[in-house]
Amino acid sequence: MNFDSLLPNLGEWLRGTGPESDVVLSTRVRLARNLAHYPFTNRATHPQKGETAGRAKDALAHAGLPYPLAYHDVTGLSPLDRQFLVERQLISRELAAGSPPLDGPRGVALDEKESVSVMVNEEDHLRLQVLRSGFALDEAWQDIDRLDDALEARLTYAFHPQFGYLTACPTNVGTGMRASVMLHLPALGLTKQIDKVFRALQKINLAVRGLHGEGSRAFGDLYQISNQVTLGKSEPKVLGEIREVIQTILTYERQARALLVKERKQAEQDRVARAIGTLGSATMITAEETMELLSAVRLGIHLHLIDDLPATAVNQLFIHTQAAHLQKLMGQPLDGEERNAARAKYLRSKLRELGSH
Amino acid sequence: MKCQACDNPATVHVTDIVNKQRRELHLCEACARQHDLIPDQAVPQFNLKALLGLLVAGHPAAAPGADPAALKCPACGLKYAEFRAEGRLGCPAEYDAFRHALEPLLERIHRSLAHAGKAPRAAGRRAEVDGLRERLAAAVAAERYEEAAGLRDRIRQKEAPG
Repeated sequence: MNFDSLLPNLGEWLRGTGPESDVVLSTRVRLARNLAHYPFTNRATHPQKGETAGRAKDALAHAGLPYPLAYHDVTGLSPLDRQFLVERQLISRELAAGSPPLDGPRGVALDEKESVSVMVNEEDHLRLQVLRSGFALDEAWQDIDRLDDALEARLTYAFHPQFGYLTACPTNVGTGMRASVMLHLPALGLTKQIDKVFRALQKINLAVRGLHGEGSRAFGDLYQISNQVTLGKSEPKVLGEIREVIQTILTYERQARALLVKERKQAEQDRVARAIGTLGSATMITAEETMELLSAVRLGIHLHLIDDLPATAVNQLFIHTQAAHLQKLMGQPLDGEERNAARAKYLRSKLRELGSH
Repeated sequence: MKCQACDNPATVHVTDIVNKQRRELHLCEACARQHDLIPDQAVPQFNLKALLGLLVAGHPAAAPGADPAALKCPACGLKYAEFRAEGRLGCPAEYDAFRHALEPLLERIHRSLAHAGKAPRAAGRRAEVDGLRERLAAAVAAERYEEAAGLRDRIRQKEAPG
Protein backbone atom coordinates (compact mmCIF):
# COMPACT_ATOMS: atom_id res chain seq x y z
CA MET A 1 0.00 0.00 0.00
CA ASN A 2 1.18 3.45 -0.87
CA PHE A 3 0.03 6.23 1.42
CA ASP A 4 1.64 8.98 -0.66
CA SER A 5 -1.78 9.89 -2.06
CA LEU A 6 -2.71 11.13 1.43
CA LEU A 7 0.24 13.52 1.47
CA PRO A 8 -1.46 16.59 -0.04
CA ASN A 9 -4.48 16.19 2.26
CA LEU A 10 -4.56 17.69 5.70
CA GLY A 11 -6.61 14.88 7.20
CA GLU A 12 -9.62 15.47 9.37
CA TRP A 13 -7.82 16.69 12.47
CA LEU A 14 -5.84 19.44 10.76
CA ARG A 15 -8.54 20.62 8.39
CA GLY A 16 -9.10 23.51 10.78
CA THR A 17 -12.68 24.14 9.77
CA GLY A 18 -14.85 22.75 12.57
CA PRO A 19 -16.62 24.61 15.39
CA GLU A 20 -14.39 26.78 17.65
CA SER A 21 -11.43 26.05 15.39
CA ASP A 22 -9.49 29.10 16.61
CA VAL A 23 -8.78 27.07 19.77
CA VAL A 24 -10.00 23.52 19.16
CA LEU A 25 -8.12 21.62 16.48
CA SER A 26 -10.00 18.38 16.67
CA THR A 27 -12.22 16.05 18.62
CA ARG A 28 -11.60 12.35 18.91
CA VAL A 29 -13.67 9.58 20.44
CA ARG A 30 -12.36 6.06 20.74
CA LEU A 31 -13.95 2.82 21.93
CA ALA A 32 -12.00 -0.19 23.20
CA ARG A 33 -13.61 -3.51 22.32
CA ASN A 34 -12.51 -7.13 22.69
CA LEU A 35 -13.81 -10.34 21.23
CA ALA A 36 -15.28 -12.80 23.70
CA HIS A 37 -13.55 -16.19 24.03
CA TYR A 38 -10.06 -14.94 23.11
CA PRO A 39 -7.18 -13.84 25.32
CA PHE A 40 -6.42 -10.12 25.18
CA THR A 41 -3.75 -9.19 22.63
CA ASN A 42 -0.86 -9.18 25.13
CA ARG A 43 -1.59 -12.80 26.02
CA ALA A 44 -2.66 -14.13 22.60
CA THR A 45 -0.48 -16.37 20.44
CA HIS A 46 0.25 -15.36 16.86
CA PRO A 47 -2.32 -17.86 15.50
CA GLN A 48 -4.92 -16.46 17.92
CA LYS A 49 -4.06 -12.92 16.80
CA GLY A 50 -4.45 -14.11 13.23
CA GLU A 51 -7.95 -15.32 14.12
CA THR A 52 -9.04 -12.13 15.88
CA ALA A 53 -7.65 -10.07 12.99
CA GLY A 54 -9.49 -12.32 10.51
CA ARG A 55 -12.78 -11.90 12.33
CA ALA A 56 -12.32 -8.16 12.60
CA LYS A 57 -11.46 -7.87 8.91
CA ASP A 58 -14.53 -9.88 7.96
CA ALA A 59 -16.83 -7.75 10.15
CA LEU A 60 -15.30 -4.54 8.78
CA ALA A 61 -15.77 -5.71 5.20
CA HIS A 62 -19.42 -6.68 5.69
CA ALA A 63 -20.55 -4.03 8.15
CA GLY A 64 -22.56 -2.17 5.50
CA LEU A 65 -21.07 1.20 6.45
CA PRO A 66 -21.86 4.34 4.45
CA TYR A 67 -18.09 4.80 3.92
CA PRO A 68 -15.77 2.01 2.78
CA LEU A 69 -12.96 1.09 5.13
CA ALA A 70 -9.70 -0.20 3.64
CA TYR A 71 -7.78 -2.65 5.80
CA HIS A 72 -3.99 -2.39 5.98
CA ASP A 73 -1.79 -5.09 7.46
CA VAL A 74 0.63 -3.08 9.63
CA THR A 75 3.31 -5.80 9.58
CA GLY A 76 3.49 -5.32 5.80
CA LEU A 77 4.06 -1.56 6.04
CA SER A 78 7.49 0.06 5.94
CA PRO A 79 8.65 1.83 9.11
CA LEU A 80 8.26 5.12 7.25
CA ASP A 81 4.61 4.41 6.37
CA ARG A 82 3.89 3.40 9.97
CA GLN A 83 5.41 6.62 11.27
CA PHE A 84 3.42 8.53 8.64
CA LEU A 85 0.15 7.07 9.99
CA VAL A 86 1.20 7.91 13.56
CA GLU A 87 1.85 11.52 12.56
CA ARG A 88 -1.61 11.66 10.98
CA GLN A 89 -3.13 10.41 14.28
CA LEU A 90 -4.52 7.30 12.56
CA ILE A 91 -2.60 4.65 14.51
CA SER A 92 -0.87 4.61 17.88
CA ARG A 93 2.88 4.48 18.37
CA GLU A 94 2.37 1.09 20.02
CA LEU A 95 0.57 -0.42 17.01
CA ALA A 96 3.29 0.99 14.74
CA ALA A 97 6.16 -0.40 16.83
CA GLY A 98 4.64 -3.83 17.51
CA SER A 99 7.04 -4.51 20.35
CA PRO A 100 6.23 -7.75 22.22
CA PRO A 101 3.62 -8.54 23.43
CA LEU A 102 1.95 -6.46 20.70
CA ASP A 103 3.94 -8.10 17.88
CA GLY A 104 2.43 -10.34 15.21
CA PRO A 105 -0.76 -9.97 13.15
CA ARG A 106 -2.22 -6.50 13.50
CA GLY A 107 -3.67 -3.86 11.26
CA VAL A 108 -5.77 -0.78 10.76
CA ALA A 109 -8.87 -0.04 8.72
CA LEU A 110 -9.18 3.52 7.42
CA ASP A 111 -11.77 5.52 5.55
CA GLU A 112 -10.88 7.85 2.72
CA LYS A 113 -11.47 11.05 4.66
CA GLU A 114 -9.12 9.91 7.45
CA SER A 115 -11.95 10.43 9.88
CA VAL A 116 -12.48 6.80 10.91
CA SER A 117 -9.82 4.33 11.96
CA VAL A 118 -10.15 0.89 13.50
CA MET A 119 -6.95 -0.54 14.96
CA VAL A 120 -6.89 -4.32 15.19
CA ASN A 121 -4.84 -6.14 17.85
CA GLU A 122 -3.62 -3.05 19.62
CA GLU A 123 -3.82 -3.35 23.44
CA ASP A 124 -7.46 -4.33 22.85
CA HIS A 125 -8.61 -6.42 19.88
CA LEU A 126 -10.42 -3.43 18.45
CA ARG A 127 -9.78 0.25 18.97
CA LEU A 128 -12.42 2.22 17.09
CA GLN A 129 -11.66 5.90 16.52
CA VAL A 130 -13.54 8.79 14.99
CA LEU A 131 -11.78 12.11 14.41
CA ARG A 132 -13.64 15.33 13.73
CA SER A 133 -12.34 18.75 12.91
CA GLY A 134 -13.01 21.34 15.64
CA PHE A 135 -15.16 20.90 18.73
CA ALA A 136 -17.63 18.17 17.76
CA LEU A 137 -18.15 15.68 20.58
CA ASP A 138 -21.74 14.80 19.70
CA GLU A 139 -21.05 14.22 16.03
CA ALA A 140 -18.01 12.09 16.80
CA TRP A 141 -19.99 10.06 19.33
CA GLN A 142 -22.87 9.49 16.89
CA ASP A 143 -20.45 8.30 14.21
CA ILE A 144 -18.61 5.91 16.48
CA ASP A 145 -21.80 4.62 18.10
CA ARG A 146 -23.11 3.65 14.64
CA LEU A 147 -19.80 2.05 13.68
CA ASP A 148 -19.79 0.10 16.94
CA ASP A 149 -23.37 -1.11 16.33
CA ALA A 150 -22.47 -2.23 12.82
CA LEU A 151 -19.48 -4.23 14.06
CA GLU A 152 -21.36 -5.61 17.04
CA ALA A 153 -23.92 -7.14 14.67
CA ARG A 154 -21.13 -9.36 13.31
CA LEU A 155 -18.90 -9.89 16.34
CA THR A 156 -19.42 -11.15 19.89
CA TYR A 157 -17.87 -8.60 22.19
CA ALA A 158 -16.53 -9.46 25.62
CA PHE A 159 -19.19 -7.84 27.81
CA HIS A 160 -19.94 -8.32 31.49
CA PRO A 161 -23.31 -7.51 33.08
CA GLN A 162 -21.64 -5.64 35.94
CA PHE A 163 -18.40 -4.33 34.44
CA GLY A 164 -19.53 -3.54 30.90
CA TYR A 165 -17.12 -3.85 27.95
CA LEU A 166 -14.08 -5.76 29.17
CA THR A 167 -10.63 -4.41 28.35
CA ALA A 168 -7.03 -5.49 28.84
CA CYS A 169 -6.41 -2.58 31.21
CA PRO A 170 -8.89 -1.95 34.05
CA THR A 171 -8.56 1.80 33.37
CA ASN A 172 -10.68 1.33 30.22
CA VAL A 173 -13.33 -1.13 31.42
CA GLY A 174 -17.00 -0.14 31.28
CA THR A 175 -17.74 2.07 28.32
CA GLY A 176 -14.26 1.60 26.86
CA MET A 177 -14.67 5.21 25.76
CA ARG A 178 -12.00 7.87 25.73
CA ALA A 179 -13.11 11.21 24.34
CA SER A 180 -10.36 13.73 23.78
CA VAL A 181 -10.25 17.25 22.51
CA MET A 182 -7.08 18.72 21.01
CA LEU A 183 -6.63 22.33 22.06
CA HIS A 184 -4.21 25.06 21.04
CA LEU A 185 -3.63 27.12 24.20
CA PRO A 186 -0.75 29.53 23.52
CA ALA A 187 -2.23 32.51 25.37
CA LEU A 188 -2.82 30.55 28.58
CA GLY A 189 0.81 29.49 28.30
CA LEU A 190 2.08 33.02 27.72
CA THR A 191 0.08 34.44 30.60
CA LYS A 192 1.29 31.62 32.90
CA GLN A 193 -2.19 30.36 33.68
CA ILE A 194 -1.86 26.96 32.07
CA ASP A 195 -0.69 25.11 35.21
CA LYS A 196 -3.70 26.43 37.10
CA VAL A 197 -5.98 25.01 34.42
CA PHE A 198 -4.25 21.62 34.58
CA ARG A 199 -4.47 21.42 38.35
CA ALA A 200 -8.21 22.10 38.13
CA LEU A 201 -8.59 19.41 35.46
CA GLN A 202 -6.81 16.79 37.52
CA LYS A 203 -9.13 17.46 40.42
CA ILE A 204 -12.14 16.55 38.28
CA ASN A 205 -10.47 13.46 36.83
CA LEU A 206 -9.69 14.70 33.37
CA ALA A 207 -6.31 13.90 31.83
CA VAL A 208 -4.04 16.32 29.98
CA ARG A 209 -1.59 14.95 27.44
CA GLY A 210 0.66 16.16 24.66
CA LEU A 211 0.12 15.76 20.94
CA HIS A 212 0.82 12.05 20.64
CA GLY A 213 -1.09 10.84 23.68
CA GLU A 214 0.14 9.13 26.80
CA GLY A 215 3.67 10.07 27.79
CA SER A 216 4.19 12.54 24.97
CA ARG A 217 5.39 16.08 25.57
CA ALA A 218 3.25 19.08 24.88
CA PHE A 219 4.95 20.82 21.97
CA GLY A 220 3.59 23.87 20.24
CA ASP A 221 1.05 24.61 23.00
CA LEU A 222 -1.07 21.65 21.85
CA TYR A 223 -2.88 19.74 24.56
CA GLN A 224 -5.27 16.81 24.53
CA ILE A 225 -7.85 16.77 27.27
CA SER A 226 -9.71 13.53 27.89
CA ASN A 227 -11.82 11.64 30.39
CA GLN A 228 -10.21 9.11 32.76
CA VAL A 229 -13.31 7.44 34.13
CA THR A 230 -14.94 4.72 32.01
CA LEU A 231 -16.93 2.84 34.65
CA GLY A 232 -20.15 4.03 36.30
CA LYS A 233 -20.98 6.91 33.98
CA SER A 234 -22.82 6.64 30.67
CA GLU A 235 -21.18 7.90 27.49
CA PRO A 236 -23.48 10.95 27.15
CA LYS A 237 -22.79 11.89 30.77
CA VAL A 238 -19.02 11.76 30.28
CA LEU A 239 -19.26 13.72 27.02
CA GLY A 240 -21.40 16.33 28.78
CA GLU A 241 -18.81 16.77 31.52
CA ILE A 242 -15.99 17.19 29.01
CA ARG A 243 -18.05 19.63 26.96
CA GLU A 244 -18.64 21.83 29.96
CA VAL A 245 -14.97 21.89 30.94
CA ILE A 246 -13.77 22.61 27.40
CA GLN A 247 -16.23 25.51 27.15
CA THR A 248 -14.66 26.99 30.28
CA ILE A 249 -11.11 26.55 28.96
CA LEU A 250 -12.17 28.13 25.65
CA THR A 251 -13.41 31.16 27.55
CA TYR A 252 -10.16 31.43 29.54
CA GLU A 253 -7.98 31.08 26.44
CA ARG A 254 -9.97 33.74 24.60
CA GLN A 255 -9.82 36.08 27.57
CA ALA A 256 -6.05 35.57 27.73
CA ARG A 257 -5.81 36.26 23.99
CA ALA A 258 -7.81 39.46 24.35
CA LEU A 259 -5.55 40.52 27.21
CA LEU A 260 -2.45 39.92 25.09
CA VAL A 261 -3.80 42.16 22.33
CA LYS A 262 -4.84 44.83 24.81
CA GLU A 263 -1.72 44.97 26.93
CA ARG A 264 1.12 43.44 24.95
CA LYS A 265 0.21 43.93 21.33
CA GLN A 266 3.58 45.32 20.27
CA ALA A 267 5.49 42.52 22.01
CA GLU A 268 3.21 39.88 20.48
CA GLN A 269 3.57 41.38 17.04
CA ASP A 270 7.32 41.22 17.49
CA ARG A 271 7.20 37.60 18.65
CA VAL A 272 5.10 36.55 15.66
CA ALA A 273 7.28 38.47 13.20
CA ARG A 274 10.40 36.85 14.66
CA ALA A 275 8.81 33.42 14.43
CA ILE A 276 8.03 33.94 10.74
CA GLY A 277 11.53 35.35 10.28
CA THR A 278 13.17 32.27 11.79
CA LEU A 279 10.91 29.84 9.91
CA GLY A 280 11.63 31.66 6.66
CA SER A 281 15.38 31.94 6.99
CA ALA A 282 16.78 29.14 9.17
CA THR A 283 19.01 26.61 7.43
CA MET A 284 18.57 23.92 10.10
CA ILE A 285 15.58 23.48 12.34
CA THR A 286 14.19 20.70 14.56
CA ALA A 287 10.56 19.53 14.53
CA GLU A 288 10.15 20.82 18.09
CA GLU A 289 11.37 24.34 17.30
CA THR A 290 9.19 24.36 14.19
CA MET A 291 6.15 23.49 16.25
CA GLU A 292 6.88 26.18 18.83
CA LEU A 293 7.31 28.82 16.11
CA LEU A 294 4.25 27.70 14.16
CA SER A 295 2.29 27.96 17.41
CA ALA A 296 3.26 31.63 17.64
CA VAL A 297 2.29 32.17 14.00
CA ARG A 298 -1.04 30.42 14.47
CA LEU A 299 -1.80 32.68 17.44
CA GLY A 300 -0.75 35.70 15.40
CA ILE A 301 -3.27 34.79 12.70
CA HIS A 302 -6.13 34.42 15.17
CA LEU A 303 -5.18 37.70 16.88
CA HIS A 304 -5.20 39.38 13.46
CA LEU A 305 -1.60 40.46 13.92
CA ILE A 306 -0.83 39.03 10.48
CA ASP A 307 -3.22 38.72 7.60
CA ASP A 308 -1.19 37.37 4.70
CA LEU A 309 -1.01 33.75 5.94
CA PRO A 310 -4.06 31.50 6.01
CA ALA A 311 -4.52 29.29 9.10
CA THR A 312 -4.74 26.18 6.90
CA ALA A 313 -1.26 26.92 5.55
CA VAL A 314 0.11 26.82 9.09
CA ASN A 315 -1.65 23.51 9.69
CA GLN A 316 -0.11 22.14 6.51
CA LEU A 317 3.38 23.26 7.51
CA PHE A 318 2.78 21.73 10.90
CA ILE A 319 2.07 18.24 9.53
CA HIS A 320 4.49 18.37 6.60
CA THR A 321 7.47 19.16 8.80
CA GLN A 322 6.98 16.01 10.92
CA ALA A 323 9.71 13.45 10.28
CA ALA A 324 7.90 10.88 8.14
CA HIS A 325 5.95 13.45 6.12
CA LEU A 326 9.13 15.36 5.37
CA GLN A 327 10.94 12.24 4.17
CA LYS A 328 8.02 11.34 1.91
CA LEU A 329 7.95 14.87 0.49
CA MET A 330 11.69 14.75 -0.14
CA GLY A 331 11.39 11.26 -1.57
CA GLN A 332 14.28 9.86 0.45
CA PRO A 333 15.20 8.69 3.95
CA LEU A 334 16.98 11.39 5.95
CA ASP A 335 18.83 11.12 9.24
CA GLY A 336 18.61 13.69 12.06
CA GLU A 337 20.88 16.47 10.72
CA GLU A 338 19.82 15.99 7.12
CA ARG A 339 16.24 16.12 8.22
CA ASN A 340 16.73 19.40 10.08
CA ALA A 341 18.33 20.89 6.96
CA ALA A 342 15.57 19.52 4.70
CA ARG A 343 12.90 20.84 7.07
CA ALA A 344 14.43 24.32 7.02
CA LYS A 345 14.68 24.22 3.23
CA TYR A 346 11.05 23.14 2.93
CA LEU A 347 9.90 25.91 5.28
CA ARG A 348 11.90 28.56 3.41
CA SER A 349 10.45 27.61 0.05
CA LYS A 350 6.89 27.27 1.38
CA LEU A 351 6.94 30.63 3.11
CA ARG A 352 8.35 32.25 -0.03
CA GLU A 353 5.53 30.63 -2.00
CA LEU A 354 2.97 31.95 0.46
CA GLY A 355 4.37 35.41 -0.20
CA SER A 356 5.17 36.44 3.33
CA HIS A 357 8.91 36.35 2.77
CA MET B 1 6.47 17.01 56.40
CA LYS B 2 9.46 14.79 55.69
CA CYS B 3 9.76 12.22 52.89
CA GLN B 4 9.08 8.70 54.10
CA ALA B 5 12.11 7.37 52.23
CA CYS B 6 14.68 10.06 53.09
CA ASP B 7 14.84 13.28 55.12
CA ASN B 8 14.02 15.77 52.39
CA PRO B 9 10.75 17.69 52.52
CA ALA B 10 7.89 15.64 51.07
CA THR B 11 6.27 17.29 48.05
CA VAL B 12 4.43 14.34 46.48
CA HIS B 13 1.41 13.09 48.42
CA VAL B 14 -0.67 10.07 47.44
CA THR B 15 -3.81 9.27 49.41
CA ASP B 16 -6.17 6.39 48.92
CA ILE B 17 -9.00 4.91 50.90
CA VAL B 18 -9.84 1.24 50.98
CA ASN B 19 -12.38 -0.35 53.28
CA LYS B 20 -12.68 3.04 54.95
CA GLN B 21 -8.98 2.86 55.88
CA ARG B 22 -6.97 5.86 54.87
CA ARG B 23 -3.48 5.22 53.52
CA GLU B 24 -1.00 7.95 52.72
CA LEU B 25 2.30 8.13 50.93
CA HIS B 26 4.56 11.16 51.35
CA LEU B 27 7.68 11.38 49.25
CA CYS B 28 10.12 14.01 48.06
CA GLU B 29 10.28 14.57 44.32
CA ALA B 30 13.51 12.59 43.94
CA CYS B 31 12.13 9.53 45.73
CA ALA B 32 8.83 9.75 43.82
CA ARG B 33 10.84 9.82 40.61
CA GLN B 34 12.88 6.87 41.80
CA HIS B 35 9.64 4.93 42.26
CA ASP B 36 8.63 6.03 38.76
CA LEU B 37 5.66 7.95 40.11
CA ILE B 38 6.64 10.99 38.07
CA PRO B 39 8.30 10.65 34.69
CA ASP B 40 10.52 13.39 33.22
CA GLN B 41 7.97 15.31 31.25
CA ALA B 42 6.72 18.76 30.54
CA VAL B 43 3.13 17.76 31.19
CA PRO B 44 2.73 16.60 34.76
CA GLN B 45 1.17 13.19 34.87
CA PHE B 46 1.32 10.08 36.97
CA ASN B 47 2.82 6.87 35.76
CA LEU B 48 -0.31 4.78 36.06
CA LYS B 49 1.45 1.43 36.13
CA ALA B 50 3.73 2.45 38.98
CA LEU B 51 0.87 4.00 40.89
CA LEU B 52 -1.29 0.89 40.48
CA GLY B 53 1.65 -1.23 41.60
CA LEU B 54 2.22 0.81 44.77
CA LEU B 55 -1.45 1.05 45.68
CA VAL B 56 -2.31 -2.57 44.95
CA ALA B 57 0.80 -3.81 46.72
CA GLY B 58 -0.37 -2.16 49.91
CA HIS B 59 -3.67 -4.02 49.96
CA PRO B 60 -3.34 -7.77 50.00
CA ALA B 61 -6.80 -8.02 51.56
CA ALA B 62 -8.83 -9.07 48.54
CA ALA B 63 -11.05 -12.12 48.94
CA PRO B 64 -11.28 -12.79 52.66
CA GLY B 65 -8.61 -15.29 53.60
CA ALA B 66 -7.11 -15.59 50.14
CA ASP B 67 -3.82 -14.15 48.96
CA PRO B 68 -4.70 -12.48 45.64
CA ALA B 69 -1.12 -12.75 44.42
CA ALA B 70 -1.60 -16.52 44.24
CA LEU B 71 -4.80 -16.26 42.16
CA LYS B 72 -4.57 -17.78 38.73
CA CYS B 73 -6.96 -17.37 35.80
CA PRO B 74 -8.66 -20.68 34.99
CA ALA B 75 -9.06 -19.64 31.35
CA CYS B 76 -5.65 -18.34 30.29
CA GLY B 77 -3.41 -19.13 33.25
CA LEU B 78 -2.39 -15.54 34.05
CA LYS B 79 -1.42 -15.09 37.68
CA TYR B 80 -2.72 -12.09 39.60
CA ALA B 81 0.89 -11.25 40.46
CA GLU B 82 1.66 -11.04 36.72
CA PHE B 83 -1.22 -8.63 36.23
CA ARG B 84 0.16 -6.54 39.07
CA ALA B 85 3.58 -6.43 37.46
CA GLU B 86 2.39 -5.73 33.90
CA GLY B 87 -0.78 -3.72 34.52
CA ARG B 88 -2.65 -5.69 31.82
CA LEU B 89 -5.10 -8.54 32.22
CA GLY B 90 -4.78 -11.68 30.13
CA CYS B 91 -8.37 -12.43 29.12
CA PRO B 92 -11.99 -11.44 29.79
CA ALA B 93 -12.49 -14.28 32.31
CA GLU B 94 -10.30 -12.50 34.87
CA TYR B 95 -12.94 -9.91 35.63
CA ASP B 96 -14.72 -12.80 37.40
CA ALA B 97 -11.69 -14.85 38.47
CA PHE B 98 -9.94 -11.85 40.08
CA ARG B 99 -13.12 -9.99 40.98
CA HIS B 100 -12.39 -9.58 44.70
CA ALA B 101 -8.92 -8.26 44.06
CA LEU B 102 -10.00 -6.07 41.14
CA GLU B 103 -12.96 -4.38 42.78
CA PRO B 104 -10.95 -2.20 45.19
CA LEU B 105 -8.75 -1.21 42.27
CA LEU B 106 -11.72 -0.30 40.06
CA GLU B 107 -13.23 1.63 42.93
CA ARG B 108 -10.03 3.68 43.21
CA ILE B 109 -9.70 4.31 39.48
CA HIS B 110 -13.33 4.97 38.59
CA ARG B 111 -15.07 5.49 41.94
CA SER B 112 -17.62 2.99 40.74
CA LEU B 113 -18.08 -0.76 40.45
CA ALA B 114 -20.82 -1.02 37.86
CA HIS B 115 -21.08 -0.07 34.23
CA ALA B 116 -23.60 2.53 33.14
CA GLY B 117 -24.04 3.19 29.46
CA LYS B 118 -24.09 1.37 26.19
CA ALA B 119 -24.41 -2.40 26.03
CA PRO B 120 -24.28 -4.73 23.05
CA ARG B 121 -28.02 -4.88 22.49
CA ALA B 122 -30.63 -4.40 19.86
CA ALA B 123 -31.51 -0.70 20.05
CA GLY B 124 -35.05 -1.31 21.37
CA ARG B 125 -34.10 -3.03 24.60
CA ARG B 126 -31.07 -0.90 25.21
CA ALA B 127 -32.78 2.00 26.96
CA GLU B 128 -34.44 -0.31 29.45
CA VAL B 129 -31.21 -2.07 30.29
CA ASP B 130 -29.41 1.28 30.57
CA GLY B 131 -31.98 2.35 33.15
CA LEU B 132 -31.47 -0.83 35.17
CA ARG B 133 -27.74 -0.36 34.92
CA GLU B 134 -27.89 3.15 36.33
CA ARG B 135 -30.00 1.86 39.23
CA LEU B 136 -27.46 -0.92 39.75
CA ALA B 137 -24.62 1.62 39.89
CA ALA B 138 -26.55 3.65 42.46
CA ALA B 139 -27.39 0.55 44.53
CA VAL B 140 -23.77 -0.62 44.57
CA ALA B 141 -22.54 2.87 45.46
CA ALA B 142 -24.99 2.99 48.38
CA GLU B 143 -23.95 -0.53 49.43
CA ARG B 144 -27.51 -1.84 48.93
CA TYR B 145 -26.21 -5.21 47.84
CA GLU B 146 -29.45 -7.16 47.91
CA GLU B 147 -31.12 -4.70 45.60
CA ALA B 148 -27.98 -4.71 43.42
CA ALA B 149 -28.06 -8.50 43.14
CA GLY B 150 -31.70 -8.39 42.08
CA LEU B 151 -30.97 -5.73 39.48
CA ARG B 152 -27.99 -7.69 38.23
CA ASP B 153 -30.20 -10.74 37.70
CA ARG B 154 -32.75 -8.69 35.80
CA ILE B 155 -30.03 -7.24 33.59
CA ARG B 156 -28.65 -10.75 32.95
CA GLN B 157 -32.13 -11.87 31.96
CA LYS B 158 -32.54 -8.99 29.53
CA GLU B 159 -29.11 -9.62 28.05
CA ALA B 160 -29.78 -13.32 27.48
CA PRO B 161 -29.82 -14.10 23.77
CA GLY B 162 -33.23 -14.26 22.09
